[in-house]
Amino acid sequence: MPSLIDIRRRIRSVKNTQQITKAMKMVSTARLRRAQERVINARPFSRMAGEILRSVAAAASGAESVREHPLLQPREENNVQLVIVSADRGLAGGFNTNLIKAAQQFIAERPDQKIELELLGRKARDFFTRRPVQVSGELTGVSLTAGLPEATALAEKLTSRITAGETDAVYILYNEFKSILTQKITIRRVLPVEVQAGPQRDYIFEQPPAEMLARLLPKYVLLQVLEAFLESAAAEHAARMTAMDAATTNANDVINKLTLYMNRVRQASITREIIEVVSGASALE
Amino acid sequence: MAGMLQLEVATPERMLLKEQVREVEVPGAGGALGILPGHAPLLSELGNGRLSYVLENGHRKWMAVCGGYVEVQSDRVRILADSAENADEIDVNRAAAALKRAEERILNPLPGIDVARALNAVARAQARLAAIKSAR
Repeated sequence: MPSLIDIRRRIRSVKNTQQITKAMKMVSTARLRRAQERVINARPFSRMAGEILRSVAAAASGAESVREHPLLQPREENNVQLVIVSADRGLAGGFNTNLIKAAQQFIAERPDQKIELELLGRKARDFFTRRPVQVSGELTGVSLTAGLPEATALAEKLTSRITAGETDAVYILYNEFKSILTQKITIRRVLPVEVQAGPQRDYIFEQPPAEMLARLLPKYVLLQVLEAFLESAAAEHAARMTAMDAATTNANDVINKLTLYMNRVRQASITREIIEVVSGASALE
Repeated sequence: MAGMLQLEVATPERMLLKEQVREVEVPGAGGALGILPGHAPLLSELGNGRLSYVLENGHRKWMAVCGGYVEVQSDRVRILADSAENADEIDVNRAAAALKRAEERILNPLPGIDVARALNAVARAQARLAAIKSAR
């Protein structure tokens, strides 16, 4: 039977852990709000840019340079680049695990293709650098703060590689922020860009639409990358918040159980002592 | 209300402005564009420069915008800028310092300096300074 002191020590240790999980939960809750705002603030621009892209594409659809534009032209996918947006830190429930599983599944589904990974976040890097996969680049330490500068750099790399013919398609894999309780693993093809030409309106074009489209496409790619970054940051905060909330509740349960057990042990030892005293006294009679 | 334009200015990171205005002047890539309500639909790229608009009460306001797109419809102007700042948000000293730094880079190009980027930086800084100057 464990001694009282051992159990007390155990309770204290669980309490300490609980304080940490509680603090982490509160930090994530506070930051989640800001991350959510960033997602929401970025939405109008993406929406409008999408509309403009469709208008321009409709006007430019006839031009030959457009049909053969490397960022638009779908081709056989032999060399595929997969961008994985993971977190730098764990303790966020299934956030990273689910993501990495989805990535492995993606790779397994395409045995004939050469797949290069672009890894964001320490967790994805730690996992994949030790495995036999091709890694084209990595970025760590910014999973929660990544914004326009990081997205710009990555988008430039992705577009220049596809323009140079080194890759045929680019997919991005990330956790989408559905609600505070759910994150959805999302995989989306970023390149070549798929444009549904919108209704043709009679715009006056200051620049030839085909040229405008050529300059608009890289920006559209950038927006999709940025959106993935922002969504992933919000999702990470939300995942950590729920995970830490559950951990705090669990710690409470453990403490309750241990306290009950400790009391029972104490009761037992008192009872034993009484019996000893009583039987000792009766032996003297 | 008739005779007004809905002006929306957005950057990739936030929605900067949503306002009813009487007129807008936009720094298009091919020169300034003045837009009044009832303008024909138009799509243009933006240059770097000063955007100004007139509020319902007749006050004129300025902002600096750098690169992007403008979409005009008869009752609406949408600006999608790579970056944009209200004139009263701009730090004069920072803009002036950035201008000087960029000019220096063009005048004494060190190896490895991207002149096109420096030129762009000059244009951006000038746009900011112009916006402040007008707002004063």
